[in-house]
Amino acid sequence: MSALALSTRGLDKSFGSLVVARGIEINLPAGERYALIGPNGAGKTTLINLMTGMLRPDAGRIILGDDDITGLKPHERVKRGLVRTFQINTLFPRLTALEAVTLAVCERRGEGADWWRNLPSYRDAIEEAYAILASLRLGDDCERPTHELAYGQQRLLEIALALATKPKVLLLDEPAAGVPQEESGELFAAIANLSQEISVLFIEHDMNIVFRFASRILVMVAGAILVEGTPAEIAADQRVREVYLGSAHHG
Amino acid sequence: MAAPPETNIRPQQFLAAQVRWHPLEIVFWVATLAPFYFFPSYLSLASQIAIAALFALSLDLILGYAGIVSLGHAAFFGMGAYTAGLISKFGWGEPLTGLIIAAFAAGLVGYATSFIIAKFRHLTLIMLTLGIGLLLYEAANSASWLTGGADGLQGIDIWPIFNTFDYDLWGYTAYTYSLVVLFLVFVATRRLIHSPFGLSLRGIRENAVRMPAIGAPSESHIRTVYTISAVMAGLAGALIAQTTSTVSLEALSFERSADVLVMVVLGGAGRLYGGIIGSIIFLVARDQFSGINPQYWLFWIGLLLVMVVMFLPNGILGGLARLKWLQRGKP
Ligand SMILES: Nc1ncnc2c1ncn2[C@@H]1O[C@H](COP(=O)(O)OP(=O)(O)OP(=O)(O)O)[C@@H](O)[C@H]1O
Ligand SMILES: [Mg+2]
Repeated sequence: MSALALSTRGLDKSFGSLVVARGIEINLPAGERYALIGPNGAGKTTLINLMTGMLRPDAGRIILGDDDITGLKPHERVKRGLVRTFQINTLFPRLTALEAVTLAVCERRGEGADWWRNLPSYRDAIEEAYAILASLRLGDDCERPTHELAYGQQRLLEIALALATKPKVLLLDEPAAGVPQEESGELFAAIANLSQEISVLFIEHDMNIVFRFASRILVMVAGAILVEGTPAEIAADQRVREVYLGSAHHG
Repeated sequence: MAAPPETNIRPQQFLAAQVRWHPLEIVFWVATLAPFYFFPSYLSLASQIAIAALFALSLDLILGYAGIVSLGHAAFFGMGAYTAGLISKFGWGEPLTGLIIAAFAAGLVGYATSFIIAKFRHLTLIMLTLGIGLLLYEAANSASWLTGGADGLQGIDIWPIFNTFDYDLWGYTAYTYSLVVLFLVFVATRRLIHSPFGLSLRGIRENAVRMPAIGAPSESHIRTVYTISAVMAGLAGALIAQTTSTVSLEALSFERSADVLVMVVLGGAGRLYGGIIGSIIFLVARDQFSGINPQYWLFWIGLLLVMVVMFLPNGILGGLARLKWLQRGKP
């Protein structure tokens, strides 16, 4: 078995009386692509918030590689390589795509507090940002303000920002949310082409995509992991069919 | 088509174009010399405008770039003014060192409060800045043994600049001094906003939630810019103390905080020149209208403010930029 990139131990979280995470144990091996699925309101986004430090768990621990990161602030976790994207676009509307990704590159390189040299003199940071944008086919529109980009391009920019941080573990919260089905396959192809050194946990509702791109699937229901298995195991699982897939069988 | 190295030059040129000095900027700074030659009777007004512009620039840095709304920025202005006044009262009237010490004192208060400021946003943040401003005002009011309280600080004696240039009745020295300080601080601010740090500040303004998710230490950035802004406000306060030889509680008042906010919003926040244009409009309007109708001049400022925020959400400069953009957009 390969080394674990990210794992959680007994994560609990409640909002008042609503339990959104109950003893969550996740083990994401290095280089794997895992899918996290589950009905609306199951607590998938909350789990990402817990792992990235945007929410504090009531109990439990988060381990990145060999380090316990439970006490770290969100930006410190990113520095260690744990990076997320957002289900709802969380971008910089009036920055151009190029500025936004350059910002992320500069922050990664610890240059975010440099205040004396002009940005254009950071030539390699700009080139790196441009290369990331070009790899996601945003190169031609990189000089436009984010809010002017097409919705699908904004979804790609979500990923570009995450890649600029050079993640070890990437948590993608419905990267194709709102994207027409024809385009979402393309978007996931881009994700599948990411370096094998990046471990990915993605949330996605489209079962075709999940079965195509995930090596393993975690099914979350009402704040708990119901089952975990290979796509074939999940497709055959009776409980999953009942609670999640309903009567329809995809794949 | 094009080879990769070639395509990489374009984005860099795009960013470089934003950094270059625009011809209009040079025209503007040359125009700031006009009062010396054409309106010598307005030199003391011009000096007040330059100081207000510096203060507005300091607010714009946190408001327009980092998105920190402050209703208590006079705290740092007043801190600078009282420090500059007090050190001269106690025997050290050399203006340049006084200026630096005053800026340092204001920066110290800015740094101390920045730890609270960096933790909050929205209404809480606005109330915090307001509260800190009121706190300092009342502290200065009650410490009348030191500050003179409501009577203002008496006995300020500023020595000539470089031991040569004394403050004349017409205000040649005062305006030169204020303008030079404004220009130097402006150049430094301009550099700052075009640096990676400036980009990070705009990132905080545009989306404070995303910043930590790309690994940016937003709180530390906010502490830094808040301290820098306090230093700038302190410089402005010190200038007013030194050029007018008076400091009153007004320097710390809520009204001063509100006025500077109005100036920045009128001119256009986040545009570097917005606060400067805003302070010109504000103070010239005050000068002109208060001649006609002293009690009601604020009516006209109020009206202007309502019009600007309703129809030019990015301020007067934002409106002008839009006009230019529309023209260029025409076939
Ligand atoms: N900050 C919050 N305060 C209170 N309740 C919350 C908060 N965030 C989420 N919830 C609730 O927790 C539950 C889980 O939400 P979450 O967003 O994690 O679901 P999800 O699995 O991502 O759903 P979806 O597929 O719709 O994105 C929902 O009932 C939601 O209303
Ligand atoms: Mg969700």
